[in-house]
Amino acid sequence: MAALVVLLLALCFSGGLYAVFAPTSKAEADTTAQSLAIEEGKKLYSVGCASCHGTGGQGTTDGPSLVGVGAASVDFQVGTGRMPAATSQGPQVPKKKNIYTQAEIDQLAAYIASLGAGPSIPTKDQYSPEGADIAKGGELFRTNCAQCHNFTGKGGALTHGKYAPTLEGVSEKHIYEAMQTGPQNMPSFPDTTLSEKNKKDIIAYLDAVNSEKTESPGGLELGGLGPVSEGLFGWVFGLGGLIAVAVWVAARTAKAKKS
Amino acid sequence: MSSQDIPEENLPAEQSAGHDEHGHGAVSVADEKHPFADPGLPPHEHRIQDIDERAAKRSERSVALMFTVSMLATIGFIAAFVAIPVDKSVYIFPLGHISALNFALGMTLGIALFCIGAGAVHWSRTLMSDVEIADERHPIEAEPEVREKVFADFKQGAKESALGRRKLIRNTMLGALTLVPLSGVVLLRDLGPLPGTKLRHTLWSKGKLLVNMNTNQPLRPSDVAVGSLTFAKPEGLEEHDHDFQNEIAKAALMIVRIQPENIKDKRELEWSHEGIVAYSKICTHVGCPISLYEQQTHHVLCPCHQSTFDLSDGARVIFGPAGHALPQLRIGVNDEGYLEALGDFEEPVGPAFWERG
Amino acid sequence: MSTAQTRRKAPAGERVADWADGRLGIYSLAKANMRKIFPDHWSFMLGEICLYSFIIIILTGVYLTLFFHPSMNEVEYHGSYVPLQGQLMSEAFASTLDISFDVRGGLLIRQIHHWAAIIFLAGMFVHMMRVFFTGAFRKPREINWLFGFLLFVLGMFTGFTGYSLPDDLLSGTGVRFTQGAILSVPIVGTYISMFLFGGEFPGTDFVARFYSIHILLLPGIMLGLVVGHLILVFYHKHTQFAGPGRTNKNVVGMPLLPVYMAKAGGFFFLVFGVIAALAGIATVNPIWVLGPYRPDQVSTGAQPDWYMGFAEGLVRAMPGWEINFWGHTLVLGVFIPLVLFGLFLAIIALYPFIESWVTGDKREHHILDRPRNAPTRTAFGVAWVTGYMIMLIGGGNDIVATHFHLSINAVTWFVRIGFFVGPVIAFIVTKRICLGLQRRDKDKVLHGRESGIIKRLPHGEFIEVHEPLSQEQMYTLTAHEQYQPVELGPTVDENGVERKLKGSEKLRAKLSDAYYGEGAQIPKPTAEEYREITSGHGHH
Repeated sequence: MAALVVLLLALCFSGGLYAVFAPTSKAEADTTAQSLAIEEGKKLYSVGCASCHGTGGQGTTDGPSLVGVGAASVDFQVGTGRMPAATSQGPQVPKKKNIYTQAEIDQLAAYIASLGAGPSIPTKDQYSPEGADIAKGGELFRTNCAQCHNFTGKGGALTHGKYAPTLEGVSEKHIYEAMQTGPQNMPSFPDTTLSEKNKKDIIAYLDAVNSEKTESPGGLELGGLGPVSEGLFGWVFGLGGLIAVAVWVAARTAKAKKS
Repeated sequence: MSSQDIPEENLPAEQSAGHDEHGHGAVSVADEKHPFADPGLPPHEHRIQDIDERAAKRSERSVALMFTVSMLATIGFIAAFVAIPVDKSVYIFPLGHISALNFALGMTLGIALFCIGAGAVHWSRTLMSDVEIADERHPIEAEPEVREKVFADFKQGAKESALGRRKLIRNTMLGALTLVPLSGVVLLRDLGPLPGTKLRHTLWSKGKLLVNMNTNQPLRPSDVAVGSLTFAKPEGLEEHDHDFQNEIAKAALMIVRIQPENIKDKRELEWSHEGIVAYSKICTHVGCPISLYEQQTHHVLCPCHQSTFDLSDGARVIFGPAGHALPQLRIGVNDEGYLEALGDFEEPVGPAFWERG
Repeated sequence: MSTAQTRRKAPAGERVADWADGRLGIYSLAKANMRKIFPDHWSFMLGEICLYSFIIIILTGVYLTLFFHPSMNEVEYHGSYVPLQGQLMSEAFASTLDISFDVRGGLLIRQIHHWAAIIFLAGMFVHMMRVFFTGAFRKPREINWLFGFLLFVLGMFTGFTGYSLPDDLLSGTGVRFTQGAILSVPIVGTYISMFLFGGEFPGTDFVARFYSIHILLLPGIMLGLVVGHLILVFYHKHTQFAGPGRTNKNVVGMPLLPVYMAKAGGFFFLVFGVIAALAGIATVNPIWVLGPYRPDQVSTGAQPDWYMGFAEGLVRAMPGWEINFWGHTLVLGVFIPLVLFGLFLAIIALYPFIESWVTGDKREHHILDRPRNAPTRTAFGVAWVTGYMIMLIGGGNDIVATHFHLSINAVTWFVRIGFFVGPVIAFIVTKRICLGLQRRDKDKVLHGRESGIIKRLPHGEFIEVHEPLSQEQMYTLTAHEQYQPVELGPTVDENGVERKLKGSEKLRAKLSDAYYGEGAQIPKPTAEEYREITSGHGHH
C-alpha cells in the first residue's frame, strides 16, 4: 500500500496538474471520451513508440508487434519506465524513471488496446491485497515465481545477462500486470491458470515479506540473498572481527619507555 | 620412497653461520666475526604498570569496570527476557524492523561475555608478569635404549603368545574378526528398499488429467496461452496425501504453449497438443525443480546449477552440467476437452543413474 | 573450621588437591603443564577461534535439541508467523519456526549456533592456511595436520547435515542435490540413495537420520579429534617464529598460568561475546522466508553455506558429460565434480608428506618459516587457495552475475577456464613476489634499512642514508634454512658399472630442483658478503 501511495505521489509530481484527474477519467468509459483517448494515444504513440514498433503497432525488426498485447501491458511497460527503451540496450530493457503521466499512459493504452483485444488495466479491486490469503500466496509464489525472483522477490539471474528484477518497491498494480501480460522474457500467468484470487494472494504475500514494513526479526537481512551474503558477512565481520580481537589479545603491551 | 639416502650434510645447517646456542646473554654490539649471530633474548622492558603504581591502579580499575559492566549486562539480559514480549518488533537503524527481544538478548549477552573476556585479557596484559620465559624442548623420538627395550619387550610378548607358531589359532582368529563386522553391515539392509524400477515410474498414466497446481482444476487447452507458464500434477494427487512429496518429486510437470511452427523437434510436436508441451519439471542434472522459463527464447534455466534446456527443440541441453534432455510427457485431450496424459514418461525423470541406460 | 585447626593442617585447597593427586596423579601432570610456555602471535589464536566456536556450537546445539523435533510428519502450521499459517510442513520445519518465534531467546540461540558454524569453518580454513604457509605442518606435526584436516572435512559435513535439519525449501534443495550426486555414483549409487533416504527421495526418514548424524556421530568423532589435536599441541609445544633467543630447541613466551589462562580463557568469552552480538544484529538462515520444503518448488540463488560452496562451484562449472553404454549410464557431469571435490581437498592434506619426501628432511622443525622463505610451498598454497576461491565464485555465479551485471554464462565460462589457468598464474606470481621479498630482505641485511633521509655529498651527489640493522633484526632475517637441491649422484658406481636410477629418484631430483634449485630461492647473505660490504665505507 505504502509503495502505491509513494508511486502515485511521484506520478503526480512528475506529471503535472492534470494527472490528478486521470483516475476518474478512465472510469467513465463513454465512447466519445474513449475515441478521444485513442486519438491522443495515437499521437503519443507516433512520437514515442512508432520508430521501433511500426506506425500501426505491427512491429519492426527493432520492436515486437503490439497488436493484442492489451492495455495492461502498456500500463506496465510505460508505467515502470521500461518503454520507451533506449536505442542500444543490453540483454534486457531495464526499469527506469517513467516519463509519461498516468493520463498519457492511459491514452497510449487505449490506442494499443484498440489495435487488438488484450488484457485491460486491472482495477484496484483486482490487485488490492485486502482479504487475501498470505500463506496461500506464499505457496503460489514459491511454485510460480521464486524460481526466478528468489524466495521473497529479491531477484535473480537468467541466461546471458538477463535477469528477473527485484520486486521491491514495485506497485501492486504493476505486479498484477506483469503476471497477467508476461513482460519481456517473463512468462505470463493468465487468469485461466493463475486466477484473480491467486494473483491477489501473491501480491498480499509480497506485501508481507518484501515491503518497507516487512519485519526481519533476526536482524540485518543481508540482502535476503541466502548463504552467499551470509558467508561473506560471517567471514568479514565474524571472523574478521575475531581476528581483530586476537591481534589485540596477542599484541605486546606498550613499554614504559616508549610511552 | 625413503629418504635415507640423503646424507645429513646435504641438509641445511640449522642456523646461520656462527650461531650461538646459549640464548640469554644479550649481545649488544654487532659481533664482527659472526654478524648474524643470535644475540639471545632481548632484556625485559618494564611496562608503565610495572613501575608506576598509579598506572597499575588504573588498570585494576579498568578491569574491575569491565567485570562490573558484564554483571550489569547479565542483569539486563534477564530483565529483557522477562520484560520484552517475544513478538515485539522495533525499528532500529540500519538493521530494520527487528525483534526487540532478539536484539536485546543478543546485545546484553554479547556485552556480558565480551566484557569478561576483555577484563581478563586486559588484566593479563597490564598486570600479570610479562617476562618472556624460554622453555627447553626435548626431542620427541625416544632414546635408542628405550627403543631397544620396547622392541625386546614386544618380541618377548609376541613369543609368549605363541601366535606365530600356532598358525591355526592365528588364522581362525583373523577369520572370526573379519567376519563379525558383517553382522553390522547386514543390519543396515533395512535402511531402505532396493531400487527396483522405482526410479522409472511416475504417477502419470494413460488418461490421467493434467491438474493445475495453482487452482487444483484440470486444464483445458484454451487455458494455456502462448507465452504462459503453468505447473501441473496428475489428477488425484493431493497435498494432504501421505506420499505427496515422493510422488510430486517425480510427477511435477511444466506446461508451456509454443506456436507449432516454432517447434523444431518432430517428436516434440507429435507429443504436444496444438503446441502445448508438457515437460518434466525435475532437472535431469541433480533434480532441482527447473522452471526459469524465458518465454521469448523458450529456454528454461535451472536455478541450482544453470543447466539450460531449449523447450522448442525437444528440451535438449544447450548449457550447463545436465547430461540429457528433459523427459517429455505425451499429452492429448479427452472427450470432455481436458488435457490428459497419454501414458507415463518414456524414460526415468530426474537425475541420471547407473542403471538408467 | 576453626583457625587453630587450619594453622596446623594444610589449607582446604591443598587438601583437595592432595586427595585428587592420590587418585589421579594430577601433580605430575601439572608439573609439566601448569607453567607451559606459549608464544604470543595473533595468528596462533586462529585455532582458538575454532575451538571456542566449536564449544559454542555444542552448547547452543544442546539447547536447540530441547525444542527441535526431528520428524518429517506433515503438520499444519498454526504458530505465530502469519505468512505460513495453515501451510503444510514437516514437524521439523514447524518446530524450527517455534524456536524462532515462540521460544524466548530461541531465535538468538539458533542464530548463534548458525553464525558460530559459519565462523568455525572459516576459522578452520584460515587456521589451516596459517599452518600451511608457515610450514608448521613439518615433523613432528604431520599427524596433527591430518587431525586438523579431518576436523575441517567433518565440520563441512556436520554443517551440511545441520542446516538440512529444518527441512526448509533452501536446504531441501541442497539435500536433493546431494541425492542426485549420490545417484551418479556408478553401480552402487541408486542403492546408497535408497538406503540413505529409506526409499525414494525425499521420503520421511532423512531428517531423523541426519539428526543422529549431526548431533551424535559427527560431533562425537570431532570431539575426539579436537581432544587429540589439543593433546598433541601440548605435547609438541607450540611453534614460534625465528627471533633473537628463539631456537629450534626452545619455546619463548608466557606461561599458561597465569597469562595464558587469562588470555585464552578470556578469549573464549571474547569469541562468544562477538558471536552473540552478531546473532543479535544479523539474521542467518531465516527459514521462515524460505518456506517448507517441497520437491516441486525452488528459489533462485539456491546455494549451500559457504564451506560447501566449493563443491557447488565444481558442479556448476562442469559440462554435462554423460556416457551411455551396455544399458548403463556413467553420469560424468556429476561424478567428476564429486571425485574432484575429494581429490582437491586430499592434495592439501597430503602436501606435508610430499614436501618431506622432496626435502628428505627427517629433523624436527619448531621454528616457523616466513612464507617468502619457502617460495615454492607458498606459491603452491596460493595456487590451491586460488582454485578454491574460483570455485567459490562458481558456486555463487548467479549472485555474481546479478550484482555485477554480468552474464551468468560468461561467469561460468570464466570459472571453467579460471579453475585451470588461475592457479598457474597465482603460482608464478606468488613465487616471483616471494623471491622479490627475499631479495629485499637480503638487501636490508647487507645495506641497511632505507631511512628516508636524503644527504648531499660534498661533490654534489645525492644519496639516501641507509641505517644498519640491529643485531636482532639481522639475526631474524637470516635465521631461515635454505635447502640445496637433491643431487642424483654419479650414474656409475665405483666399479664403473652403470647404476640404475629409479623413476622416483629422478622425480624427486626434479622436484627438489624446482623447489630449491637455481632461481627458486635467493641465497641468503653470508657473513663474508656482509663483512666485505661493511668494511668499505658507506655504500655504493
